[in-house]
Amino acid sequence: MLYREAGQFKASYMQDQQIFPIRQDQIGFWAMIAFFFLVVPVIANQYWLQAILIPVLIFSLAALGLNILTGYCGQLSLGSAAFMAVGAFATYNFMLRVDGIPFIAALLLGGLCAAAVGILFGLPSLRIKGFYLAVATLAAQFFIVWVLVKFGWFSNYSTSGVITAQAVTIFGYTFTTPESKYLLTLSIVVVLALLAKNMVRSSTGRKWMAVRDMDVAAEVIGIRLMHTKLQAFAISSFYCGVAGALYAYMYLGTVEPEGFNLDLSFRILFMIIIGGVASILGSFIGAAFIVLLPVFLNIMMHSAIGAFVPANVAANLELIIFGALIIFFLIVEPHGLARLWQLTKEKLRIWPFPH
Amino acid sequence: MAREIGDVILDLQNISLRFGGVKALTDISFDVREHEIRAIIGPNGAGKSSMLNVINGVYHPQEGTIVFRGQERREMEPHMAASQGIARTFQNIALFKGMTVLDNIMTGRNLMMKTNFLHHAMFWGPAQREEIEHRKKVEEVIDFLEIQNIRKTPVGRLPYGLQKRVELARALAAEPSLLLLDEPMAGMNVEEKQDMCRFVLDVNDQFGTTIVLIEHDMGVVMDISDRVVVLDYGKKIGDGPPDEVKNDPKVIEAYLGTSH
Ligand SMILES: Nc1ncnc2c1ncn2[C@@H]1O[C@H](COP(=O)(O)OP(=O)(O)O)[C@@H](O)[C@H]1O
Ligand SMILES: [Mg+2]
Repeated sequence: MLYREAGQFKASYMQDQQIFPIRQDQIGFWAMIAFFFLVVPVIANQYWLQAILIPVLIFSLAALGLNILTGYCGQLSLGSAAFMAVGAFATYNFMLRVDGIPFIAALLLGGLCAAAVGILFGLPSLRIKGFYLAVATLAAQFFIVWVLVKFGWFSNYSTSGVITAQAVTIFGYTFTTPESKYLLTLSIVVVLALLAKNMVRSSTGRKWMAVRDMDVAAEVIGIRLMHTKLQAFAISSFYCGVAGALYAYMYLGTVEPEGFNLDLSFRILFMIIIGGVASILGSFIGAAFIVLLPVFLNIMMHSAIGAFVPANVAANLELIIFGALIIFFLIVEPHGLARLWQLTKEKLRIWPFPH
Repeated sequence: MAREIGDVILDLQNISLRFGGVKALTDISFDVREHEIRAIIGPNGAGKSSMLNVINGVYHPQEGTIVFRGQERREMEPHMAASQGIARTFQNIALFKGMTVLDNIMTGRNLMMKTNFLHHAMFWGPAQREEIEHRKKVEEVIDFLEIQNIRKTPVGRLPYGLQKRVELARALAAEPSLLLLDEPMAGMNVEEKQDMCRFVLDVNDQFGTTIVLIEHDMGVVMDISDRVVVLDYGKKIGDGPPDEVKNDPKVIEAYLGTSH
């Protein structure tokens, strides 16, 4: 009964363009923001902050990046992890080689490097689509990791390319506690998510979706395919790059190129499939789901239910459930959990009198 | 008719287009005058859609010249055609399926929007002002085509007839001076056809838009067009006012030869 829009009329186009046109959604959004900024750092323990919330946020950002390219612009990519690697290693080198560079500047420059590499590996998209493009991005995945291992300069000649993130200091404050790292990550992710939302709801996003849905028609109304696709590659890779740098600086501390392997690219792809293709919210839901599922299963296995599950099944349970879910979402609900949430809200809007 | 037919704005000279061994168009020449409704008719596979694709640069003919508003070219490019005021609809609806009606029509105005992705990322400020300004124009098109009640509907959920109308709306949103319509009434019931006819005439009348129209329904063609080009097997077999073309023995033969 609380979820009603009766009496809420839009008197101008400006009101009609809001991110959350229904007031309850707006209140819900601000309540969530307040909760994650003010309440979570107080109530969550170190384990939750460091091992769950920070990676969820970082993966959300990477998934958001992939969603821009694949979900909104329709260009399938299996190279997300490689673009994360570029971001991480570029940020590392800016921190290492530019004296006194502020962390945020190094982070943004790292993102820009990833964007540049993204444009380069986006070039094949001008000629090929779908499956073949995915194979081309696979080449990017292997090539980038190979380069980072092969050329010691990128990791300052450490063994097997391992880099150790330098301390992060902003305005004299050094981020060492899980609470502070969580808050910094959250701030960056929230700002970037908002910028992404703004892009997808304006002309930039419409052009991406036009190219995705019907490229000939897009071209005929004056959209330049090359420009639009490469822009999506660049912005997507920027997001992945920043996520990669945060992965190194806020989450793991030390990373090696091999950590950004194809496996990680696939995990990010699964996040958008399960969370929701072409949905900002879906990127978050998908990341949370994939990080939390093993944790949840682990708890379940150690509870009473675990006793009934044969050991060989238990060991592979995570993979079995992943597989089943991905097939389910691909076939039944291509728009993922975010779409299911939206449908629930639509039902709720007219409940209890559906027409 | 109130509107004055003007000078030639589009002149196609000796256009030939082949796909491998298939000759889609052979040495076709005709012109289009400002403010007129020019119909292209002919049996299936005659090369009508290919002709439109040549005009707005989707296909590049092997031979021929296209003169548009005094500029002579070997071939068009879609982007160039769009920025010169040529818009079109497709025979098989080519809407952006995942987007709402409103977003589809807004996309039609993309060439007139000057802000870039950085403005969009910030949204508040220039991007929002521009969005509102163009929304007003789009609402005019929505009112004109009487589709107010489906603005926020994803186009994929609309029935066929309405999708055709939304596609026309997207083309009109660009405020084109030359509108190419590929079978806008195909597959429609009588009532929908009448609506579409009225819209085409209104566009031509109120905005002075020049229209090149492919249509199978001879009744419609005879009613609304000023001049008709007849194609058959990629060749031009007739060209002139509807009455003249209708009584041309060659045209009658082409049409009787196929089941029409
Ligand atoms: N993209 C294409 N590739 C190959 N052949 C084509 C293509 N487009 C059209 N054709 C061929 O050109 C001829 C004319 O087609 P079309 O212009 O669609 O005719 P109409 O619109 O008059 O029915 C047909 O033989 C068709 O098969
Ligand atoms: Mg055709």
